[in-house]
Amino acid sequence: MIDPLSVFLLLLSASTPILFAALGELVVERAGVLNLGVEGMMITGALSGFAVAHATGNPFAGFLGAAVAGAAISLLFAALTQAFLANQVASGLSLTLFGLGMAAMFGKPLEGVKAPPMPAGPFGINWIVWLGLLAVPAIWWFLTRSRPGLVLRGVGENHDAAHALGYDVRLTRLAAIAFGGAMAGIGGAFISIATVLQWTEGMTAGAGWIALAIVVFSNWTAVGVLAGAWLFGGVTVLQLRLQAAGVNVPVQLLSMAPYLATIIVLVLISGRQKYSRRAGAAAPGSLGRNFHALR
Amino acid sequence: MNRRTLLAGAAALSALIAAPAMAQDEPLKVGFIYVGPVGDGGWTYQHDLGRQAVEAEYGDRVETTFIESVPEGADAERALTQLALAGNKLIFATSFGFMDPTINVASKFPDVKFEHATGYKRADNVATYDARFYEGRAVIGTIAGRMTESNKIGYIGSFPIPEVIQGINSSFIHARKVNPDVEMKVVWAYSWFDPAKEADAASALLAEGVDVILQHTDSTAPLAKAQEAGAIGFGQASDMAAFAPSPRVASIIDNWAPYYVERVGEVLDGTWESKATWAGIGDGEVVIGDITEAVPAEVKAEAEALRDSIGSGEYHPFTGPLNKADGSVWLAEGETASDEDLQSMNFYVEGITAQIPQ
Amino acid sequence: MIQFVPRTDASGPWQIATPILAVLATMLTGGLLFALLGHDPVAAIRTIFWDPLFGMAASYSRPQLLVKAAPLILIASGLAVGFRAGVWNIGAEGQYIIGGLCGAGVALALYPLDAFWIFPAMVVAGLAGGWAWGMIPALLRNWFGASEILVSLMLVYVAQRVAAWMAFGPMKNPEGFGFPGSRNLQQYPSASNPELFANTGAHWGVFAALAAVIATWVLMSRHIRGFHIRAAGTAPRAARFAGVRPQVLVAFCLGLSGALAGAAGLFEVAGPAGQVTDKLGTGYGFTAIIVAFLGRLHPVGILLAGLLLALTYIGGELAQLTMQLPAASVQVFQGMLLFFLLGFDILTRFRIVRRVRA
Repeated sequence: MIDPLSVFLLLLSASTPILFAALGELVVERAGVLNLGVEGMMITGALSGFAVAHATGNPFAGFLGAAVAGAAISLLFAALTQAFLANQVASGLSLTLFGLGMAAMFGKPLEGVKAPPMPAGPFGINWIVWLGLLAVPAIWWFLTRSRPGLVLRGVGENHDAAHALGYDVRLTRLAAIAFGGAMAGIGGAFISIATVLQWTEGMTAGAGWIALAIVVFSNWTAVGVLAGAWLFGGVTVLQLRLQAAGVNVPVQLLSMAPYLATIIVLVLISGRQKYSRRAGAAAPGSLGRNFHALR
Repeated sequence: MNRRTLLAGAAALSALIAAPAMAQDEPLKVGFIYVGPVGDGGWTYQHDLGRQAVEAEYGDRVETTFIESVPEGADAERALTQLALAGNKLIFATSFGFMDPTINVASKFPDVKFEHATGYKRADNVATYDARFYEGRAVIGTIAGRMTESNKIGYIGSFPIPEVIQGINSSFIHARKVNPDVEMKVVWAYSWFDPAKEADAASALLAEGVDVILQHTDSTAPLAKAQEAGAIGFGQASDMAAFAPSPRVASIIDNWAPYYVERVGEVLDGTWESKATWAGIGDGEVVIGDITEAVPAEVKAEAEALRDSIGSGEYHPFTGPLNKADGSVWLAEGETASDEDLQSMNFYVEGITAQIPQ
Repeated sequence: MIQFVPRTDASGPWQIATPILAVLATMLTGGLLFALLGHDPVAAIRTIFWDPLFGMAASYSRPQLLVKAAPLILIASGLAVGFRAGVWNIGAEGQYIIGGLCGAGVALALYPLDAFWIFPAMVVAGLAGGWAWGMIPALLRNWFGASEILVSLMLVYVAQRVAAWMAFGPMKNPEGFGFPGSRNLQQYPSASNPELFANTGAHWGVFAALAAVIATWVLMSRHIRGFHIRAAGTAPRAARFAGVRPQVLVAFCLGLSGALAGAAGLFEVAGPAGQVTDKLGTGYGFTAIIVAFLGRLHPVGILLAGLLLALTYIGGELAQLTMQLPAASVQVFQGMLLFFLLGFDILTRFRIVRRVRA
């Protein structure tokens, strides 16, 4: 018999990288920006975090370094889309390519090195896992209850109106993108510092793309992101756990399921919104559109 | 492709490579294509060590080149052609997925020799080579069987292909030989390299009560998880010495250097022939990395004795009596498995309760 | 203070000048990067941009440009039509995979039948598969208002898993010794998509790409639907008054781009790639998005952008081969090129005005 608690504990740590990245992307998308460069920012964080942790011997310094590096590389995307008004989809994809390349190039000297040990947190659960769980209510509060959060959502919902009200659309988006980069960086660093304890090229292996799916699944809410991260992490953990228990599972079909669930959620929410004409939480109105003051 | 275009293409291509006339003492150019980056710390890394060994052995007489991170399929065919056009006379294609591209390119460059790792298609100028990883698995299976206290050992598989299934069977047979109560839990990661997934797979096995983890995937993530849980594991492909002495108590190292050195030497003295090589511990192609002090001395001695008897050819890891998982007889008393049987192995031996996914 | 003022019409001279500027800027910064890595920057840049076209082995790499560019151009020309209308299909990668699977499925089901109509039937299946996969986001948008950006992206992941399932299960080569991957269609003459003229690289997909460029150009500049598309993209409300039905447009754009991506997948799987594997999707669908934007969503621009990107891929391989530049540095170089192209693009759409603050 499979112990549910043990599955849950596995789930907590398995979902942490995608939870961080998705929470960051949530804030970015809420500001009306679609950044497809999550994978590139995660791998940047994975490398920088590992490098700092290794150099200082302190894993927490590593996570800090990862946040800084993730934010720094996200500024490339911010410059392109906010200052140069380049297309967000193309810029994000380029960022992923660039980040993967940069990390692989600068990571050469760190190959084969082991990360410093990480002290266990309360109840034997990693501190960063706790941090991720705390970030969920914090971001929920920020987005729904705080004034800057309200401005950020306003910018994402209708940037022209926000601009007319005197808010700085670009500055808001810049800050959101940098925050998203920092969160993706921490998520990536969790893989290198806390999970694998080594640096290898391409180690994020597509986690950034899953984070993008989670944001959609979440219906752009912080609690939804947590649910999504647990769903996506949970399906992986559960299918592996079932395999370990000797159950024959159709792995490919099962791993498709969360993506199909995401589409269904998206359809249900969009449909409800369309037919009830009730303004509710859903995709931000200006998502993916660039803002130009003179338009 | 019809025959005419193929022939015309071959003629044009060979005209191209003939153009820069070979001077007398020009070094032999040897090319390598890798499926991953050299820095993967596993499969590709080990092939590149083999390349470096060739350079070290022959110095100025050879010149090696590699192209890394080549996707399998169309890109591989181009990379191979580029290598051939660049004047490489011997080309190592180091991934199973390069099989058809290698055969295609080889037919256009009859005077270039190709070596394809882990495949089964050969031609006059295409040889294949592989390592008997299952021999190493027998040794670490023995250690695993002796070291487990929960009598449950876990195995992280990449893909359900014969090479991996051989490894599972071999390690299980030898674990059970020294510990009749041992059980094997298998998890398929469906990837050769995905640290996060491998970590999750290791965690799933640990939650199932496993205290020894064997892996046929390339990252160190399972070792990191084993360490957290106080379990042990083994280095895979490379030594993974960063995790010694525990959780990494030993390792199976793919050592391609002797084969590469030998084959390059044969091209240099003109004796190279197409053949299928399947070398193991005895040839130094599969190496058991240092067995650490975390393993009791008598277990270490037992493992090393097994290693030596496999290496000398005295003992074959698949020696009967052995039954298949469905209870039918596979090998009778004293009978050993044929290479053909092993190369298409798609069943577990008796005692493994899991099923191979289809 | 500097301000960007939108141009009423994209500037003609700048449209030509900016890509050249971007390439020059990339050469400068990229050269700097290569110099920092200890390589000769001039040689590196020449190897990437010049040698594939005019270098030693150019007669091989020039056709390869077509092989690499064809799927990018084919997919991008379909995507650009949608992007012009404000229909954001970013799931071309999924449509590519499904198109390839459907086409290959026809061939594998008929194997070993020999008939002239098999390849045409595969093309139809490829088009239909990609079309159907593209219609899912179209219908979900029309019926429920679900964002096609997100649905099409999600469907990429689903398609990737379908490909893995097929490669390990239903489409696995029965004579493949249990290894994943289908039969090789290159060895099944009725179903293969060969190089049609020796040493041109031109397979059917290359002609399809050219046809797509011409057809979308005619569509956008001569056809009433092209006018509707442009109208819907620039002034959606005005377009509605002019009788454009947005739902029809969404279905048309996603169906068209899906079908073209599906065809690209089919030509690839029956030609250069040869077989269905779990790595069927190699990223062409995503790269094509970049190609569409680099080409300013114009068919001719896309043709050039596709060739430019193909050049950096092939030149990057050559740079690895001849100069031993690491694959990663080539990736960084490509990333830079894209950044510069995207960044400089602003000059075509905006005028720079210096304004004195009051």
